[in-house]
Amino acid sequence: MRNVYVLGTGMIKFGRYPDKTVPQLGGEAALLALKDAGISIKDVEMLASGNLQQSNGMIGERILQQIGQTGIPVINVANACATGSTAFREAYMSVAAGMCDIAMAIGVEQMGKAGLLGGMGGGDPAYVTEGKVGSGTMPAVFGQAGIEHMRKYGTKMEHFAKISVKSHKHATKNPFSQYRNEVSLEDVMNARMIAYPNTLYMCCPTGDGAAAAILVSEDKLKQLAGGRKRPKVAASVLTSDPWTDRDLTLPDVSTLTRRASKLAYEKAGIGPKDIALTELHDCFATAELVHYENLGLCGDGEAGKFIDEGGGKHPSLGGKAPVNVSGGLLSKGHPLGATGVANICEVVWHLTQDDRAKERLVPNAKAGQAHVIGLGSACTINILTI
Amino acid sequence: MAEQAQATDTGPRPIVPWLKLAPKPHLEGIKCACGAMYLDPKRIACSKCGETDKFKPLTLSDKGKVWVFSVVHQSYPGIKTPYVTAIVDLPEGISVRANLTDVDPAQAQKEPNKIFNLPVELVTGVAAKDREGHDVVAFSYRPSKN
Repeated sequence: MRNVYVLGTGMIKFGRYPDKTVPQLGGEAALLALKDAGISIKDVEMLASGNLQQSNGMIGERILQQIGQTGIPVINVANACATGSTAFREAYMSVAAGMCDIAMAIGVEQMGKAGLLGGMGGGDPAYVTEGKVGSGTMPAVFGQAGIEHMRKYGTKMEHFAKISVKSHKHATKNPFSQYRNEVSLEDVMNARMIAYPNTLYMCCPTGDGAAAAILVSEDKLKQLAGGRKRPKVAASVLTSDPWTDRDLTLPDVSTLTRRASKLAYEKAGIGPKDIALTELHDCFATAELVHYENLGLCGDGEAGKFIDEGGGKHPSLGGKAPVNVSGGLLSKGHPLGATGVANICEVVWHLTQDDRAKERLVPNAKAGQAHVIGLGSACTINILTI
Repeated sequence: MAEQAQATDTGPRPIVPWLKLAPKPHLEGIKCACGAMYLDPKRIACSKCGETDKFKPLTLSDKGKVWVFSVVHQSYPGIKTPYVTAIVDLPEGISVRANLTDVDPAQAQKEPNKIFNLPVELVTGVAAKDREGHDVVAFSYRPSKN
Protein backbone atom coordinates (compact mmCIF):
# COMPACT_ATOMS: atom_id res chain seq x y z
CA MET A 1 0.00 0.00 0.00
CA ARG A 2 1.21 3.51 -0.86
CA ASN A 3 1.39 6.51 1.45
CA VAL A 4 -1.59 8.86 1.15
CA TYR A 5 -1.71 12.56 2.03
CA VAL A 6 -4.49 15.10 2.49
CA LEU A 7 -3.71 17.86 0.00
CA GLY A 8 -6.76 20.02 0.54
CA THR A 9 -9.87 20.37 2.69
CA GLY A 10 -13.11 22.32 2.51
CA MET A 11 -16.08 22.75 4.80
CA ILE A 12 -19.13 24.95 4.94
CA LYS A 13 -20.41 26.30 8.24
CA PHE A 14 -22.79 23.77 9.76
CA GLY A 15 -26.30 25.15 10.16
CA ARG A 16 -29.57 25.10 8.28
CA TYR A 17 -29.81 25.72 4.55
CA PRO A 18 -33.43 25.08 3.59
CA ASP A 19 -33.01 26.93 0.26
CA LYS A 20 -30.19 24.70 -0.97
CA THR A 21 -30.10 21.11 -2.20
CA VAL A 22 -27.85 18.32 -0.96
CA PRO A 23 -25.78 18.30 -4.20
CA GLN A 24 -25.34 22.08 -3.90
CA LEU A 25 -24.13 21.82 -0.29
CA GLY A 26 -21.75 19.00 -1.18
CA GLY A 27 -20.58 20.86 -4.27
CA GLU A 28 -19.76 23.96 -2.24
CA ALA A 29 -17.55 21.97 0.12
CA ALA A 30 -15.91 20.22 -2.85
CA LEU A 31 -15.06 23.54 -4.52
CA LEU A 32 -13.52 24.81 -1.28
CA ALA A 33 -11.39 21.67 -1.01
CA LEU A 34 -10.27 21.91 -4.65
CA LYS A 35 -9.31 25.55 -4.17
CA ASP A 36 -7.44 24.70 -0.99
CA ALA A 37 -5.59 21.91 -2.79
CA GLY A 38 -4.83 24.19 -5.73
CA ILE A 39 -6.29 21.79 -8.28
CA SER A 40 -9.35 21.59 -10.53
CA ILE A 41 -12.17 19.05 -10.64
CA LYS A 42 -10.55 17.91 -13.91
CA ASP A 43 -7.59 16.60 -11.88
CA VAL A 44 -9.75 14.40 -9.63
CA GLU A 45 -9.72 10.74 -10.61
CA MET A 46 -12.37 9.28 -8.32
CA LEU A 47 -15.05 10.51 -5.91
CA ALA A 48 -16.38 8.82 -2.78
CA SER A 49 -19.51 10.66 -1.70
CA GLY A 50 -21.07 10.12 1.71
CA ASN A 51 -24.71 10.95 2.38
CA LEU A 52 -27.12 9.03 4.57
CA GLN A 53 -30.68 10.23 4.31
CA GLN A 54 -30.79 10.48 0.52
CA SER A 55 -28.48 7.52 0.00
CA ASN A 56 -30.61 6.19 -2.86
CA GLY A 57 -30.31 9.53 -4.69
CA MET A 58 -26.94 9.30 -6.51
CA ILE A 59 -25.69 12.31 -4.58
CA GLY A 60 -22.05 11.93 -5.72
CA GLU A 61 -22.97 12.03 -9.41
CA ARG A 62 -25.36 14.92 -8.81
CA ILE A 63 -22.56 16.85 -7.10
CA LEU A 64 -20.44 16.37 -10.23
CA GLN A 65 -23.43 17.54 -12.29
CA GLN A 66 -23.06 20.79 -10.30
CA ILE A 67 -19.27 21.20 -10.40
CA GLY A 68 -17.87 19.17 -13.28
CA GLN A 69 -19.01 16.04 -15.15
CA THR A 70 -15.66 14.50 -15.92
CA GLY A 71 -16.85 10.91 -16.15
CA ILE A 72 -14.76 9.61 -13.24
CA PRO A 73 -15.87 6.66 -11.08
CA VAL A 74 -18.17 7.73 -8.25
CA ILE A 75 -19.28 5.64 -5.30
CA ASN A 76 -22.06 6.65 -2.97
CA VAL A 77 -21.50 5.62 0.62
CA ALA A 78 -23.99 5.15 3.47
CA ASN A 79 -22.78 3.92 6.87
CA ALA A 80 -24.98 5.66 9.46
CA CYS A 81 -23.07 8.43 11.26
CA ALA A 82 -19.80 6.96 9.94
CA THR A 83 -20.91 7.71 6.36
CA GLY A 84 -18.49 10.58 5.68
CA SER A 85 -15.52 8.93 7.33
CA THR A 86 -16.20 5.71 5.42
CA ALA A 87 -16.25 7.72 2.17
CA PHE A 88 -12.91 9.23 3.21
CA ARG A 89 -11.55 5.71 3.72
CA GLU A 90 -12.79 4.62 0.28
CA ALA A 91 -10.92 7.54 -1.29
CA TYR A 92 -7.87 6.72 0.85
CA MET A 93 -7.94 3.09 -0.32
CA SER A 94 -8.18 4.09 -3.97
CA VAL A 95 -4.98 6.09 -3.71
CA ALA A 96 -3.23 3.67 -1.34
CA ALA A 97 -3.97 0.76 -3.68
CA GLY A 98 -2.58 2.64 -6.64
CA MET A 99 -5.90 2.79 -8.48
CA CYS A 100 -5.51 6.55 -8.80
CA ASP A 101 -3.33 9.42 -7.59
CA ILE A 102 -5.95 12.05 -6.72
CA ALA A 103 -9.22 11.13 -5.01
CA MET A 104 -11.91 13.25 -3.42
CA ALA A 105 -14.10 12.41 -0.42
CA ILE A 106 -17.24 14.41 0.27
CA GLY A 107 -19.62 14.15 3.22
CA VAL A 108 -22.93 15.99 3.04
CA GLU A 109 -26.28 15.97 4.80
CA GLN A 110 -29.42 18.08 4.97
CA MET A 111 -31.49 17.20 8.02
CA GLY A 112 -33.34 20.42 8.76
CA LYS A 113 -35.07 20.19 12.11
CA ALA A 114 -35.28 16.40 12.05
CA GLY A 115 -35.87 15.99 15.76
CA LEU A 116 -35.38 12.55 17.29
CA LEU A 117 -33.82 9.72 15.35
CA GLY A 118 -34.32 5.99 15.76
CA GLY A 119 -36.89 3.70 17.26
CA MET A 120 -39.70 3.91 14.69
CA GLY A 121 -40.40 1.24 12.09
CA GLY A 122 -42.91 0.93 9.27
CA GLY A 123 -46.08 -1.14 9.01
CA ASP A 124 -49.13 -1.15 11.27
CA PRO A 125 -48.44 1.46 13.99
CA ALA A 126 -50.02 -0.85 16.57
CA TYR A 127 -46.87 -2.98 16.34
CA VAL A 128 -44.43 -0.10 16.78
CA THR A 129 -42.63 -0.95 20.00
CA GLU A 130 -41.22 2.51 20.72
CA GLY A 131 -42.44 3.65 24.13
CA LYS A 132 -44.34 0.40 24.67
CA VAL A 133 -41.43 -2.05 24.87
CA GLY A 134 -38.64 0.29 25.85
CA SER A 135 -36.95 2.91 23.69
CA GLY A 136 -34.65 2.67 20.70
CA THR A 137 -34.28 6.42 20.23
CA MET A 138 -30.73 7.68 20.07
CA PRO A 139 -31.01 9.76 23.28
CA ALA A 140 -32.23 6.70 25.21
CA VAL A 141 -29.63 4.35 23.73
CA PHE A 142 -26.73 6.71 24.42
CA GLY A 143 -28.22 7.70 27.78
CA GLN A 144 -27.96 4.07 28.80
CA ALA A 145 -24.35 3.87 27.57
CA GLY A 146 -23.62 6.62 30.11
CA ILE A 147 -25.73 4.97 32.80
CA GLU A 148 -23.69 1.81 32.31
CA HIS A 149 -20.60 3.86 33.18
CA MET A 150 -22.39 5.27 36.25
CA ARG A 151 -23.25 1.76 37.33
CA LYS A 152 -19.75 0.36 36.86
CA TYR A 153 -17.69 3.29 38.13
CA GLY A 154 -19.92 5.64 40.11
CA THR A 155 -19.73 8.38 37.46
CA LYS A 156 -22.03 11.35 38.21
CA MET A 157 -24.35 13.31 35.94
CA GLU A 158 -22.09 16.34 36.55
CA HIS A 159 -19.28 14.58 34.70
CA PHE A 160 -21.37 14.30 31.56
CA ALA A 161 -22.58 17.88 31.99
CA LYS A 162 -19.01 19.17 32.23
CA ILE A 163 -18.31 17.72 28.78
CA SER A 164 -21.11 19.84 27.34
CA VAL A 165 -19.79 22.97 29.08
CA LYS A 166 -16.35 22.27 27.58
CA SER A 167 -17.62 21.63 24.05
CA HIS A 168 -19.73 24.78 24.04
CA LYS A 169 -16.74 26.80 25.26
CA HIS A 170 -14.60 25.34 22.47
CA ALA A 171 -17.25 26.17 19.85
CA THR A 172 -17.05 29.89 20.61
CA LYS A 173 -13.70 29.83 18.74
CA ASN A 174 -15.02 27.98 15.68
CA PRO A 175 -16.78 30.03 12.98
CA PHE A 176 -17.84 26.77 11.26
CA SER A 177 -19.88 25.70 14.30
CA GLN A 178 -23.69 25.57 14.21
CA TYR A 179 -23.92 26.84 17.80
CA ARG A 180 -21.37 29.19 19.39
CA ASN A 181 -22.98 29.97 22.73
CA GLU A 182 -21.33 29.29 26.07
CA VAL A 183 -23.29 27.37 28.68
CA SER A 184 -22.62 27.04 32.42
CA LEU A 185 -22.70 23.79 34.38
CA GLU A 186 -25.97 25.01 35.89
CA ASP A 187 -27.44 25.71 32.43
CA VAL A 188 -26.60 22.16 31.33
CA MET A 189 -27.79 20.44 34.51
CA ASN A 190 -31.06 22.39 34.58
CA ALA A 191 -31.84 22.22 30.87
CA ARG A 192 -34.80 20.19 29.69
CA MET A 193 -34.17 16.48 30.18
CA ILE A 194 -34.27 14.54 26.88
CA ALA A 195 -33.32 11.06 28.10
CA TYR A 196 -31.63 10.75 31.47
CA PRO A 197 -28.84 11.65 32.03
CA ASN A 198 -28.65 13.67 28.79
CA THR A 199 -30.30 17.09 28.95
CA LEU A 200 -30.86 19.24 25.85
CA TYR A 201 -27.30 20.66 25.84
CA MET A 202 -25.87 17.15 26.17
CA CYS A 203 -27.51 16.09 22.87
CA CYS A 204 -26.12 17.12 19.48
CA PRO A 205 -28.38 19.21 17.25
CA THR A 206 -29.64 18.17 13.83
CA GLY A 207 -28.67 20.35 10.90
CA ASP A 208 -27.17 20.69 7.44
CA GLY A 209 -23.55 20.68 6.40
CA ALA A 210 -20.85 19.48 4.05
CA ALA A 211 -17.12 18.85 4.06
CA ALA A 212 -14.64 17.54 1.52
CA ALA A 213 -11.04 16.36 1.34
CA ILE A 214 -8.60 15.76 -1.50
CA LEU A 215 -6.32 12.74 -1.03
CA VAL A 216 -3.17 12.27 -3.06
CA SER A 217 -0.23 9.91 -3.53
CA GLU A 218 3.30 10.87 -2.51
CA ASP A 219 4.32 11.63 -6.10
CA LYS A 220 1.36 13.94 -6.61
CA LEU A 221 2.04 15.58 -3.27
CA LYS A 222 5.55 16.48 -4.43
CA GLN A 223 4.17 17.90 -7.68
CA LEU A 224 1.24 19.80 -6.22
CA ALA A 225 2.00 20.81 -2.63
CA GLY A 226 4.36 23.61 -3.66
CA GLY A 227 6.45 23.22 -0.53
CA ARG A 228 3.45 23.11 1.80
CA LYS A 229 3.59 20.34 4.39
CA ARG A 230 0.51 18.15 4.18
CA PRO A 231 -0.62 15.50 6.67
CA LYS A 232 -0.20 11.81 5.98
CA VAL A 233 -3.06 9.40 6.60
CA ALA A 234 -1.15 7.27 9.10
CA ALA A 235 -4.11 4.96 9.73
CA SER A 236 -7.62 4.65 8.33
CA VAL A 237 -9.55 1.95 10.15
CA LEU A 238 -13.12 0.73 9.88
CA THR A 239 -14.73 -1.84 12.19
CA SER A 240 -18.21 -3.25 12.67
CA ASP A 241 -19.73 -4.43 15.94
CA PRO A 242 -18.32 -7.78 17.04
CA TRP A 243 -20.66 -10.19 18.85
CA THR A 244 -21.08 -9.19 22.49
CA ASP A 245 -23.72 -10.35 24.97
CA ARG A 246 -26.01 -7.32 24.99
CA ASP A 247 -25.16 -5.73 21.61
CA LEU A 248 -28.41 -6.71 19.90
CA THR A 249 -30.47 -5.38 22.84
CA LEU A 250 -28.46 -2.27 23.72
CA PRO A 251 -25.96 -1.35 20.97
CA ASP A 252 -22.44 -1.72 22.35
CA VAL A 253 -20.53 1.38 21.18
CA SER A 254 -17.38 0.53 23.10
CA THR A 255 -16.14 -2.85 21.84
CA LEU A 256 -15.89 -1.83 18.17
CA THR A 257 -14.27 1.50 19.12
CA ARG A 258 -11.65 -0.24 21.25
CA ARG A 259 -10.87 -2.61 18.42
CA ALA A 260 -10.62 0.24 15.88
CA SER A 261 -8.45 2.24 18.29
CA LYS A 262 -6.02 -0.62 18.85
CA LEU A 263 -5.74 -1.26 15.10
CA ALA A 264 -5.30 2.45 14.33
CA TYR A 265 -2.57 3.01 16.90
CA GLU A 266 -0.75 -0.11 15.70
CA LYS A 267 -0.96 0.92 12.06
CA ALA A 268 0.17 4.47 12.81
CA GLY A 269 2.92 3.22 15.12
CA ILE A 270 1.98 5.72 17.82
CA GLY A 271 -0.05 5.71 21.02
CA PRO A 272 -2.58 7.97 22.74
CA LYS A 273 0.21 10.02 24.37
CA ASP A 274 1.41 11.08 20.92
CA ILE A 275 -2.01 12.38 19.86
CA ALA A 276 -2.15 16.18 20.07
CA LEU A 277 -5.88 16.39 19.48
CA THR A 278 -8.83 14.06 19.20
CA GLU A 279 -12.09 14.73 17.40
CA LEU A 280 -14.43 12.03 18.68
CA HIS A 281 -18.06 11.12 18.21
CA ASP A 282 -19.86 13.08 20.93
CA CYS A 283 -23.38 12.63 19.57
CA PHE A 284 -24.27 12.80 23.26
CA ALA A 285 -22.16 13.87 26.25
CA THR A 286 -22.46 10.33 27.60
CA ALA A 287 -20.82 9.00 24.42
CA GLU A 288 -17.83 11.31 24.73
CA LEU A 289 -17.14 10.13 28.27
CA VAL A 290 -17.02 6.44 27.40
CA HIS A 291 -14.85 7.11 24.36
CA TYR A 292 -12.13 8.78 26.51
CA GLU A 293 -11.50 5.29 27.83
CA ASN A 294 -12.19 3.49 24.55
CA LEU A 295 -9.51 5.59 22.80
CA GLY A 296 -7.02 5.16 25.63
CA LEU A 297 -6.99 8.86 26.59
CA CYS A 298 -7.40 7.66 30.18
CA GLY A 299 -7.60 4.30 31.93
CA ASP A 300 -10.75 2.24 32.36
CA GLY A 301 -13.03 3.75 34.98
CA GLU A 302 -10.99 6.96 35.06
CA ALA A 303 -13.05 9.14 32.71
CA GLY A 304 -14.70 11.00 35.59
CA LYS A 305 -11.34 11.83 37.13
CA PHE A 306 -9.96 12.74 33.68
CA ILE A 307 -12.74 15.32 33.28
CA ASP A 308 -12.32 16.69 36.80
CA GLU A 309 -8.61 17.24 36.06
CA GLY A 310 -9.22 19.19 32.86
CA GLY A 311 -8.92 16.28 30.46
CA GLY A 312 -10.33 17.02 27.01
CA LYS A 313 -10.06 20.81 27.40
CA HIS A 314 -8.08 23.00 25.02
CA PRO A 315 -4.58 23.76 26.35
CA SER A 316 -5.47 27.47 26.43
CA LEU A 317 -8.10 26.58 29.05
CA GLY A 318 -5.55 24.71 31.13
CA GLY A 319 -6.55 21.36 29.71
CA LYS A 320 -4.72 18.28 28.53
CA ALA A 321 -5.38 15.69 25.82
CA PRO A 322 -7.76 18.08 24.03
CA VAL A 323 -10.95 16.56 22.65
CA ASN A 324 -13.36 18.20 20.23
CA VAL A 325 -11.70 21.63 20.14
CA SER A 326 -14.02 22.26 17.16
CA GLY A 327 -16.97 22.24 19.55
CA GLY A 328 -17.72 18.63 18.72
CA LEU A 329 -20.99 17.30 17.50
CA LEU A 330 -22.66 18.83 20.57
CA SER A 331 -22.03 22.39 19.35
CA LYS A 332 -20.50 22.27 15.89
CA GLY A 333 -23.41 20.09 14.81
CA HIS A 334 -23.91 16.63 13.37
CA PRO A 335 -25.22 16.61 9.78
CA LEU A 336 -24.86 12.82 9.64
CA GLY A 337 -22.96 12.23 6.40
CA ALA A 338 -20.83 15.38 6.74
CA THR A 339 -19.53 14.68 10.24
CA GLY A 340 -16.80 12.16 9.40
CA VAL A 341 -15.14 14.39 6.81
CA ALA A 342 -15.56 17.56 8.89
CA ASN A 343 -13.73 15.89 11.79
CA ILE A 344 -10.84 15.12 9.48
CA CYS A 345 -10.81 18.75 8.24
CA GLU A 346 -10.47 19.88 11.85
CA VAL A 347 -7.52 17.59 12.54
CA VAL A 348 -5.83 18.64 9.27
CA TRP A 349 -6.23 22.33 10.12
CA HIS A 350 -4.40 21.90 13.43
CA LEU A 351 -1.60 19.86 11.91
CA THR A 352 -1.08 22.46 9.15
CA GLN A 353 -1.71 25.53 11.35
CA ASP A 354 -4.51 26.49 8.97
CA ASP A 355 -6.09 29.92 9.29
CA ARG A 356 -9.51 28.32 9.43
CA ALA A 357 -8.62 27.13 12.95
CA LYS A 358 -6.48 30.12 13.91
CA GLU A 359 -8.44 31.00 17.05
CA ARG A 360 -8.27 27.50 18.45
CA LEU A 361 -5.01 25.97 17.23
CA VAL A 362 -3.55 23.26 19.43
CA PRO A 363 0.16 24.17 19.61
CA ASN A 364 2.77 21.88 18.05
CA ALA A 365 0.24 19.35 16.82
CA LYS A 366 2.08 16.57 15.01
CA ALA A 367 -0.61 13.87 15.21
CA GLY A 368 -4.37 13.89 15.60
CA GLN A 369 -7.23 11.46 15.33
CA ALA A 370 -10.84 11.58 14.14
CA HIS A 371 -13.24 8.96 15.52
CA VAL A 372 -16.81 8.30 14.40
CA ILE A 373 -19.45 5.78 15.45
CA GLY A 374 -22.36 4.93 13.21
CA LEU A 375 -24.98 3.13 15.23
CA GLY A 376 -25.85 -0.23 13.83
CA SER A 377 -22.79 -0.26 14.12
CA ALA A 378 -19.69 1.04 12.34
CA CYS A 379 -16.60 2.72 13.76
CA THR A 380 -13.94 4.63 11.88
CA ILE A 381 -10.70 6.06 13.20
CA ASN A 382 -8.42 8.12 11.01
CA ILE A 383 -5.03 9.10 12.43
CA LEU A 384 -3.22 11.90 10.63
CA THR A 385 0.41 12.84 11.17
CA ILE A 386 2.70 15.56 9.86
CA MET B 1 -54.46 -21.55 4.64
CA ALA B 2 -52.42 -19.69 7.18
CA GLU B 3 -53.81 -16.40 5.95
CA GLN B 4 -57.37 -17.67 6.22
CA ALA B 5 -56.74 -18.97 9.70
CA GLN B 6 -55.32 -15.56 10.64
CA ALA B 7 -58.30 -13.71 9.14
CA THR B 8 -60.78 -15.60 11.28
CA ASP B 9 -58.66 -15.39 14.43
CA THR B 10 -59.98 -12.51 16.50
CA GLY B 11 -57.76 -13.16 19.51
CA PRO B 12 -55.03 -10.87 20.83
CA ARG B 13 -51.64 -10.68 19.11
CA PRO B 14 -48.21 -10.15 20.69
CA ILE B 15 -46.44 -6.90 19.78
CA VAL B 16 -43.16 -8.80 19.16
CA PRO B 17 -42.67 -12.43 18.14
CA TRP B 18 -40.72 -13.31 21.30
CA LEU B 19 -43.74 -12.58 23.48
CA LYS B 20 -45.91 -15.71 23.67
CA LEU B 21 -49.43 -15.29 25.02
CA ALA B 22 -50.27 -18.95 25.75
CA PRO B 23 -50.58 -20.88 27.96
CA LYS B 24 -49.73 -17.79 29.98
CA PRO B 25 -47.80 -14.75 28.77
CA HIS B 26 -44.05 -15.35 28.70
CA LEU B 27 -40.97 -14.65 26.61
CA GLU B 28 -39.40 -17.23 24.41
CA GLY B 29 -36.04 -16.98 22.70
CA ILE B 30 -33.68 -19.33 20.91
CA LYS B 31 -30.31 -20.67 21.99
CA CYS B 32 -27.48 -21.80 19.75
CA ALA B 33 -25.34 -24.81 20.68
CA CYS B 34 -22.46 -22.33 21.16
CA GLY B 35 -24.37 -20.69 24.00
CA ALA B 36 -25.46 -17.48 22.25
CA MET B 37 -29.08 -16.51 22.90
CA TYR B 38 -31.45 -14.44 20.80
CA LEU B 39 -34.97 -13.09 21.12
CA ASP B 40 -35.76 -13.07 17.39
CA PRO B 41 -36.91 -16.61 16.51
CA LYS B 42 -36.54 -16.11 12.75
CA ARG B 43 -32.77 -15.88 12.65
CA ILE B 44 -30.99 -17.54 9.73
CA ALA B 45 -27.74 -18.15 11.59
CA CYS B 46 -25.90 -17.50 14.83
CA SER B 47 -23.93 -14.25 14.64
CA LYS B 48 -21.56 -15.43 17.36
CA CYS B 49 -20.41 -18.74 15.81
CA GLY B 50 -21.92 -18.69 12.29
CA GLU B 51 -23.75 -22.02 12.59
CA THR B 52 -27.12 -22.19 10.84
CA ASP B 53 -28.91 -25.16 12.36
CA LYS B 54 -27.95 -25.35 16.01
CA PHE B 55 -30.86 -23.38 17.49
CA LYS B 56 -33.27 -24.69 20.13
CA PRO B 57 -36.24 -22.83 21.61
CA LEU B 58 -35.58 -21.34 25.01
CA THR B 59 -38.36 -20.48 27.44
CA LEU B 60 -37.31 -17.43 29.41
CA SER B 61 -37.92 -16.62 33.07
CA ASP B 62 -40.54 -14.10 34.08
CA LYS B 63 -38.10 -12.58 36.54
CA GLY B 64 -34.86 -10.69 36.03
CA LYS B 65 -32.70 -7.83 37.24
CA VAL B 66 -32.26 -4.35 35.80
CA TRP B 67 -28.87 -3.81 34.15
CA VAL B 68 -29.28 -0.16 33.05
CA PHE B 69 -32.12 2.24 32.32
CA SER B 70 -32.94 5.71 31.06
CA VAL B 71 -35.87 8.01 31.63
CA VAL B 72 -37.30 9.13 28.30
CA HIS B 73 -38.68 12.67 28.42
CA GLN B 74 -38.95 13.39 24.73
CA SER B 75 -40.51 10.98 22.27
CA TYR B 76 -42.72 10.82 19.20
CA PRO B 77 -46.30 12.13 19.07
CA GLY B 78 -48.71 9.86 20.93
CA ILE B 79 -46.10 8.37 23.26
CA LYS B 80 -46.66 9.43 26.86
CA THR B 81 -43.57 10.71 28.66
CA PRO B 82 -41.73 10.48 30.96
CA TYR B 83 -41.30 6.75 31.10
CA VAL B 84 -38.50 4.44 32.16
CA THR B 85 -36.84 2.23 29.53
CA ALA B 86 -34.63 -0.53 30.85
CA ILE B 87 -32.34 -3.37 29.88
CA VAL B 88 -33.28 -6.37 32.01
CA ASP B 89 -30.90 -9.30 32.45
CA LEU B 90 -32.68 -12.66 32.72
CA PRO B 91 -31.20 -15.62 34.64
CA GLU B 92 -30.77 -17.57 31.37
CA GLY B 93 -28.07 -15.05 30.40
CA ILE B 94 -29.97 -12.96 27.86
CA SER B 95 -30.94 -9.28 28.06
CA VAL B 96 -34.31 -7.80 27.15
CA ARG B 97 -35.33 -4.21 26.41
CA ALA B 98 -38.65 -3.09 27.88
CA ASN B 99 -40.46 -0.37 29.76
CA LEU B 100 -40.07 -0.41 33.53
CA THR B 101 -43.38 0.35 35.20
CA ASP B 102 -44.38 1.07 38.82
CA VAL B 103 -41.14 3.00 39.25
CA ASP B 104 -41.26 6.78 39.72
CA PRO B 105 -39.18 8.31 36.88
CA ALA B 106 -38.11 11.28 39.01
CA GLN B 107 -37.00 9.01 41.84
CA ALA B 108 -35.09 6.78 39.40
CA GLN B 109 -33.12 9.83 38.17
CA LYS B 110 -32.47 10.96 41.73
CA GLU B 111 -31.24 7.61 42.96
CA PRO B 112 -30.11 5.56 39.95
CA ASN B 113 -28.22 3.16 42.22
CA LYS B 114 -31.52 1.87 43.55
CA ILE B 115 -32.59 0.81 40.06
CA PHE B 116 -29.41 -1.11 39.23
CA ASN B 117 -29.94 -4.80 40.05
CA LEU B 118 -33.59 -4.16 40.96
CA PRO B 119 -35.45 -7.51 40.86
CA VAL B 120 -38.29 -7.22 38.36
CA GLU B 121 -41.06 -9.39 36.95
CA LEU B 122 -42.83 -9.58 33.60
CA VAL B 123 -46.26 -8.03 33.17
CA THR B 124 -48.38 -7.78 30.03
CA GLY B 125 -51.23 -5.60 28.89
CA VAL B 126 -53.11 -4.50 25.79
CA ALA B 127 -51.17 -1.61 24.26
CA ALA B 128 -53.08 -0.94 21.02
CA LYS B 129 -55.57 -2.27 18.51
CA ASP B 130 -54.25 -3.18 15.06
CA ARG B 131 -55.79 -2.35 11.66
CA GLU B 132 -57.65 -5.66 11.66
CA GLY B 133 -59.14 -5.04 15.08
CA HIS B 134 -56.94 -7.36 17.10
CA ASP B 135 -55.81 -6.36 20.57
CA VAL B 136 -52.02 -5.96 20.53
CA VAL B 137 -50.38 -7.10 23.75
CA ALA B 138 -47.09 -5.59 24.97
CA PHE B 139 -44.90 -6.59 27.89
CA SER B 140 -43.02 -4.61 30.48
CA TYR B 141 -41.32 -5.20 33.81
CA ARG B 142 -42.25 -4.01 37.29
CA PRO B 143 -40.49 -4.40 40.64
CA SER B 144 -40.98 -8.00 41.83
CA LYS B 145 -43.81 -8.45 44.29
CA ASN B 146 -42.20 -11.48 45.90
